[in-house]
This record gives sequence, C-alpha cells and structure tokens, in this order.
Amino acid sequence: MQRKKGFVNKVTIHVLLIIGALLSVFPLYWMFVMATQPNHVINKLPPAVVPGDKLVENFQNVLENVDFFGAMWNSFIVASLTTLGVLFFSSLAGFAFAKLQFKGREKLFAVILITMMIPPQLGLIPQYFIITKLGWLNDLKAIIVPGLVNAFGIFWMRQYIKDAIPDELIEAAKIDGCSIFRVYWNIVVPSILPAFATLGILTFMFVWNDFLWPLTVLRDESSYTIQIAIRALQDAYVKDYGMILSGTFWATLPLVVVFLMFNKLFISSLTQGSVKQ
Amino acid sequence: MVSHNHTNATVRPKGLSDKKKTALAGYLFISPFFLLFAIFGAFPMLFSFYLAFQKWNGFGEMTFVGVKNFSLIFTDPLFWKSIYNTIVIGLLGTGPQLIAALILAVALNSAMVKFKSVFRVAYFVPNVTSIVAVAIVFTVLFSEQEAGLVNATLGLFGISPVSWQTSEWGAKIAIATMIFWRWVGYNSIIFLAGLQSIPKDLYEAAEIDGAKKWQQFLFITVPMLKPIIVFVVFTATIGSLQIFAEPLIFGSGFREESMTIVLYLWREAFSNNAFGTASATAVSLFLLIIVFTTINFFASNRLDKSGK
Repeated sequence: MQRKKGFVNKVTIHVLLIIGALLSVFPLYWMFVMATQPNHVINKLPPAVVPGDKLVENFQNVLENVDFFGAMWNSFIVASLTTLGVLFFSSLAGFAFAKLQFKGREKLFAVILITMMIPPQLGLIPQYFIITKLGWLNDLKAIIVPGLVNAFGIFWMRQYIKDAIPDELIEAAKIDGCSIFRVYWNIVVPSILPAFATLGILTFMFVWNDFLWPLTVLRDESSYTIQIAIRALQDAYVKDYGMILSGTFWATLPLVVVFLMFNKLFISSLTQGSVKQ
Repeated sequence: MVSHNHTNATVRPKGLSDKKKTALAGYLFISPFFLLFAIFGAFPMLFSFYLAFQKWNGFGEMTFVGVKNFSLIFTDPLFWKSIYNTIVIGLLGTGPQLIAALILAVALNSAMVKFKSVFRVAYFVPNVTSIVAVAIVFTVLFSEQEAGLVNATLGLFGISPVSWQTSEWGAKIAIATMIFWRWVGYNSIIFLAGLQSIPKDLYEAAEIDGAKKWQQFLFITVPMLKPIIVFVVFTATIGSLQIFAEPLIFGSGFREESMTIVLYLWREAFSNNAFGTASATAVSLFLLIIVFTTINFFASNRLDKSGK
C-alpha cells in the first residue's frame, strides 16, 4: 500500500515536471517552426506545429530587410567591450574597497550601494541629451562607455576578493617591492577567475539583451544592435511573420547554444548574482 | 613585543609613504566609477528633477513652468491608466508565477526526481531569451486571428477567439504570460537553492510528530524560505514597475490597454517631444518605486514579527 502510494506520487511529480518543461521549451521550438513556414501559414487552421521548408528563404528575406550580421557584430562588440571594462574596473575598485586602506573607504562604498537603488529610467532623458551633446548618437560608444563599470560589479568583486585573498599575501608582495597595480595584476587577478566568469556572464547577457537604452540612442540602422534590428523587422508595415520569426530565431540561437554548452556555469552565475545582490 | 615596536620604528619613514601610496592607489582604482557615475548617473538624475519643472521640446529654450507638468500628467487619464495597467500586469505576471515557481521548486527538490539537471536547463532557458524575442514570439502566439495558436487551442475547448492585442484584459493577460514564462524557471531555481539549504532533520522531526506533507510545507518550508521569498518579491515588484519592451512590441506601439508607466514616459519624450512632462513622469515613477519598496519593507517586517 505504502509502496503503491509512493509510485503514484513519483508519477504525478514527473508528469507535472514534464508538462512544465514542455511549456517552457515550446515557445522556442515554435519560433523555429514559424521560421521555416511561409507567411500565410499564420492564418491557417489548424496551426502549424512541425517545421516547413522555408528555412533558407525566410532568412534571405531577413537579410534583405535588415543588416542582420552587422547588427550581430554590433551586439558582439558592445557586449564584449562592456564586459571587459566591467571586469577590469570593477575588480580594480573591488580590490581597493576590500584590501586597500584609505580615508572614507566605508562611506564611499555605502554611496556605491545606494546608487544601485536608483531606477535607470529616472535619468533616461538627460542621459539622452548628454549622449547627443557628446556627438555619440548612433555610435556604439553611447552604450559601451556609460556601462564600463557599475555598482553591482564593484560590490560583487569586493565580496569575492575580501574572502578569496589573504591580507598577508598582499602585504608580503608589497614588502617584496611590488607596486600596488602589480599586486592587483599578479596576485588578485589570477585568484579571482571564478568571479570574473560569473560577472562576465551576467554583464554580457545583460548588455546583449538590453533594449530600452539602445532603442533610445541608436536610431540609425548601421548602429543597430541585434535587439533593435529584430524589433525593426517586427515594426515594418507589411508583416511577414515567417521572416520576422526567422530573424528572431537566428538572433536567439547563439546565446541559447552557449547557454546549453555551459548551462551549469550560466545557471549558477545568473542566480548567484541575484541572490547576493 | 619590544622587537616588533623596534621594527616599526625603523621602517617608519618608508611606511608612511607606503601608506600614502596605498591610499592614492585606492582613490585611483575607485575613481572610474565615480567619474562615470557623475556624468551618466548623478547629473542626469538631478537634471530630471530640474527638467520636471520646465517646458522643453528638446531644441529651443527651456521655460520654467512650476508644477504645471505634474498637473498636466495628473489630469491625463492615460497617465493613471498607465499606472493601473502597470500594477495589474505586474500582479498578474508575478503573483501566479511565484506560486508556480515554488511548486516547481518543491517538485524538483523531491528525492525521487530523475534527470534533475535536464529539468533545470529546460526551465532556465526562457530566461536566456531576450525580452524582444519573447515579445515577438508571444505576439504571434497570442495572435488575434482564430488561427493564432492560443486562440486555436482555446477553440478546442469551445472558447471563442479572444482579441488579445486590442482588448482590455486580453492584452494584460498576454503580457503577464510573457513575464510568467521568462521568469518562472529562474525563480524556481532560486527557490530550489533555498529549499536545499533547509536542514533535513526539521522534516524528520515533523514526520515523527505526525505532521502531514502540506503541514510540513506550510510550517517548515515557507517560513524557512521567507528571506528568499521576500527578496524575490522585492525584485519582482521593482521589475514590474519598469515593464517597457513587452507592451511596446506586443501592442505595436502605444495602445491604451497595454500602456505602462515607462512606456508613457518614453512616448512623452521621444514621440511627443514633451521632455518636461516626460521628466515629471520619471520623477513620479521614482516616487512610486519608493512607495512600493516601503510597502514591501513594512510588509516583510510585519511578517517577521508575526512569525515570532
């Protein structure tokens, strides 16, 4: 009796989890299905749920409508450079807050924590005019430069460096005549590689998927990131959904593939980042 | 002790300059943040407060208009509608989602589940998808056509097609579904991490005392998860107040049924060139976030007290 009840429970839980997993993956699968179908299928009953034969043709239509690879490249440049900047400047500042003595250290760190609570939309309009004044409208610099270092990155790096590196190691290196930057470069950087991986994934994903700010400052097609480019596809007057979802599918695929390859690292990075925040 | 003092004394001159060097390096290393924050964070924020009291089209002169921007938006029904929509979409998108996430997490945490890592990946993958992509896919899923996938599925149950994009509740439910889909797995994995940190012997003790499974859930699991639940509710609340991309893409512009407060702000600024009222909206949003954060804060404090 007891055993039978356990079996029923086991089946119920698995059925629940499998239904959840299917619902979770289905929209992505369906994105692929639509990317392979001609436009008129969208109004056909019953709806298509298996791939058609328009995979190549739909993507060719995407290429005719937006500079897909240019936008991918822009996204890649923006996300990579921002990530490099965040890793470098945040770890440098995190190191200072964790290990270097200077006056006002705790107060300045508290200021950084407070800045995390300001909603980004509050300064959106003046930010737009600053970018205009700098002549950076339609320039990838408008995305990269303001994002080069952020409060969360500094907070994250400080916590990590504080625990990961013993003070004695730093003192010893200083006595050996290392400059402080050398201490950072030769001792801190090699021992915080896991923190770089976590913060790197968080930052890259955030910048790659960001929408509001790029939409505000990138108005010219040549400067579009991939998110703005697929939005432009969808915004066209005549809607060819096979084409729109083809663009969306190919824009989504790279990150999903990288996620599947490194899923453990991704999941722990993205959830850790949030819990510790 | 004596010898220690002695060493200190002999290296003092060098020690002092070392201290200064360290401090200098410290200031230098943290300066990039403060420099960038001054230009792209603090100044814009303060300037928003200034602009909220000016009339400005982005090109000509600014003129001081006092609180007129605020009275303009406060008498605009669409502004209130956008706040109402934001709250309704936020509640619809996060309330059921957090409950579902908790159920999924408890199911995943059960010892008898096989292929846990496969489930984790499947639940997490929506969160890697960009909001733009999600909004586009769901626009097609929630097509107004009878042949739209959601309408066709409802049709199987004899429910007549819903105009998802142009009806008051349709638009809200569709947008809330997008939020649900993108975050439920993410939050269930956060809950799962919390569940795994609850000591097993608590459940064993309850079992011995004859507590049923649902009692264990209500009186052990939920209280032990409280810090994580509070955190998730905090982030979800602030995230909900900033919904922008979904209604912009789903409603194909600025439809009334799906107008949110950030969308209203964006429309005032970049579609109507009314930067004064847009800034007044930004300030109002800021105050709204403070209000909601405070409510959250007091609610979680009260829970704390009643829990003890």
